Amino acid sequence: MSAVQEVGTEAPAIEAVPKRAMTLGYGTSLIILGLLILAPMFVKHFITFQLTMLLIYGLAVLALNILTGGSGQFSLGQSAFYAVGAYTSAILMEHAGMNYALTLPISGIICFGFGFLFGQPALRLSGVYLALATFALATAMPQLLKLGYFEHWTGGVQGLVVTKPDAPFGLPISQDTWLYYFTLVVTIAIYIFSVNLLKSRSGRAFMAIRDNEIAASAMGIDVALYKTLAFGVSAGITGVAGGLGAIAVQFVAPDSYTITLAISLFLGMVVGGVGWLPGSIVGSAFIIFVPNIAEGISKGLSGAVFGVLLFLVIFLVPHGARQVAIVAQQLIGKFKK
Amino acid sequence: MPSKRIIRIAALSTAVIALAATSGGALAQKKYDTGATDTEIKIGNIMPYSGPASAYGVIGKTEAAYFKMINAEGGINGRKINFVSYDDGYSPPKAVEQARKLVESDEVLLVFNPLGTPSNTAIQKYLNAKKVPQLFVATGATKWNDPKNFPWTMGWQPSYQSEARIYAKYLIKEKPNAKIAILFQNDDFGKDYLKGLKDGLGAKGSMIIAEESYETTEPTIDSHIVKLKSTGADTFISITTPKFAAQAIKKLAEIEWKPLHIVSNVSASVGGVMKPAGFENAQGILSAAYAKDGADPQWDNDPGMKKFFAFLDKYYPDGDKRDGSLVFGYGVAQTLAKVLEMCGDNLTRENVMKQAASLKDFAPDTLLPGVKINTSPTDFAPIEQLQMMRFKGEKWDLFGDIISGELSN
Repeated sequence: MSAVQEVGTEAPAIEAVPKRAMTLGYGTSLIILGLLILAPMFVKHFITFQLTMLLIYGLAVLALNILTGGSGQFSLGQSAFYAVGAYTSAILMEHAGMNYALTLPISGIICFGFGFLFGQPALRLSGVYLALATFALATAMPQLLKLGYFEHWTGGVQGLVVTKPDAPFGLPISQDTWLYYFTLVVTIAIYIFSVNLLKSRSGRAFMAIRDNEIAASAMGIDVALYKTLAFGVSAGITGVAGGLGAIAVQFVAPDSYTITLAISLFLGMVVGGVGWLPGSIVGSAFIIFVPNIAEGISKGLSGAVFGVLLFLVIFLVPHGARQVAIVAQQLIGKFKK
Repeated sequence: MPSKRIIRIAALSTAVIALAATSGGALAQKKYDTGATDTEIKIGNIMPYSGPASAYGVIGKTEAAYFKMINAEGGINGRKINFVSYDDGYSPPKAVEQARKLVESDEVLLVFNPLGTPSNTAIQKYLNAKKVPQLFVATGATKWNDPKNFPWTMGWQPSYQSEARIYAKYLIKEKPNAKIAILFQNDDFGKDYLKGLKDGLGAKGSMIIAEESYETTEPTIDSHIVKLKSTGADTFISITTPKFAAQAIKKLAEIEWKPLHIVSNVSASVGGVMKPAGFENAQGILSAAYAKDGADPQWDNDPGMKKFFAFLDKYYPDGDKRDGSLVFGYGVAQTLAKVLEMCGDNLTRENVMKQAASLKDFAPDTLLPGVKINTSPTDFAPIEQLQMMRFKGEKWDLFGDIISGELSN
């Protein structure tokens, strides 16, 4: 009885987001898509590389968004899934000589399995307790990757250097530009998949669980199955992002995937707006560019400046980019009248 | 008005000819790659100012202060140094992003002293493909001395292998019948070291009677020590990082095992290892050094260290002179200044590497007397000499000659 009471009185951790508010309209989507396609033609290779990283972290944030915004479960362990994906791709490319594009689905599937299995014990936990359990996963991962048993494959502390793929069919574009478009296609595919997933029966089940677990199970939803499924899907997408990240950075090492990465992804999700999928890209831009801006303002106090900027964002727009988008939409609506 | 026009054309053509003549002359002597001009040399750097290794960020700050001093004194061959230093938080992906930013956006001449084995491994391939010098990297791994495969990468500090060879040489000479027990950290640092020891012992490799490895995740290494003691060894080499080095010293005293004890230079810190382990337990321990210690009063009247202290007072008053990173940053920045000076007006990336690979007996102010930097097109390991030292009282006493860790001699 006490358990029921607890659940009943607990304030919902995540604000309920109706599923229609989770995506953008067609017009806006097309404009953003157009900008993303045209961007590399006008910028330096370095910026193209940054944009590639933007999409990759965007995918990882999106994955967390499905888990937290969709099914209401917290995770601070996304860096572990990201690392598994990155290492899977790197090992398959360097040791098995596999084509980079083929390694991504494998990374995704392995991470899906990994996430699904981790979801089993995580079922017993919720809220902050779940966050702590996933936190343990994130802290353990870099050390596991250093273990001597796997060193033959992982390269131990030294990590693995990955060869960057050339553009296929002799296309006259640079490696960076090719990789950007490749990442863009993968990102769009996963984005469409995610939107449809959340609109589907499974997506509705996720949201029902998020809003009220007891009510959801009373409606006949297999809570355990869908909770672990959310973990699996989220881990799978993160794994694909990790694999892409390994190819773009050309290097994997245990130190790349520490708890800092997990916290950055979490931060990206909050800044982008929990449960608002397009916000993932905004959140990803925040975690990539704002530290650089902070460093530009003060080198010695870059951490403090970053903290202040983050605080301002949370204070002024607590719902992140979603809130900005809603305000913008209302303004445009007024103009139209 | 034809006359005026003719005059104008004549004047213009003279000007053009004069310009062509002067610029042609200038081209003959001055050669520049991206990042160098008549007035400025742009140098990139990557440091962990934040994150787990942020203690090393002091190195970048010392270097920035050093170049500020160079600029205040008129620059190098009349050119000011523009030192662009970015934070990578000790994260390899971030290091790649920052390296690309330095090369493609800031357009630096070279990337100088990036810190950390993982970060440097991550950017090595990129910089070598772009033919941008990755000069004097701040890590002790041996792999930076590989001019054949990576002609654009060069180390600076003695490699772990060089240091280990010095201990091997010492043992062969002073204790030829030693029975050696080794405890090493199971990572690139420990393995590099072990290889150096075995190479150094060469045919006398049988002197090693026991090897034990530990993981950094282990809470204590006591059981390894007990096991090593039971082998009857009379010499103990501790290839450990500070926390474990201190544990080992304590445990040795506790179980009353008194072998000849050698600790790696990484863990030779008085404040970080010897003091927590207890000075009374640390007496007689051996190690090796290549740089002077800012906290050691024996260098107070040393001309090189006087220059170093004067520099700290004027350009980096916040710096703590007991911090070994300051001595390091000063020495490595001085080496780069020397290389750029040697380049003269030929500031191409190729010439920078060529000059860096032709340093002869260069001695930065903060290195031990007698330790000299020598490089060649086949030798990309600038510092290879160290001096042995013994712990006595509350500080290290240097003894013996400067020894080279090169395998050839």
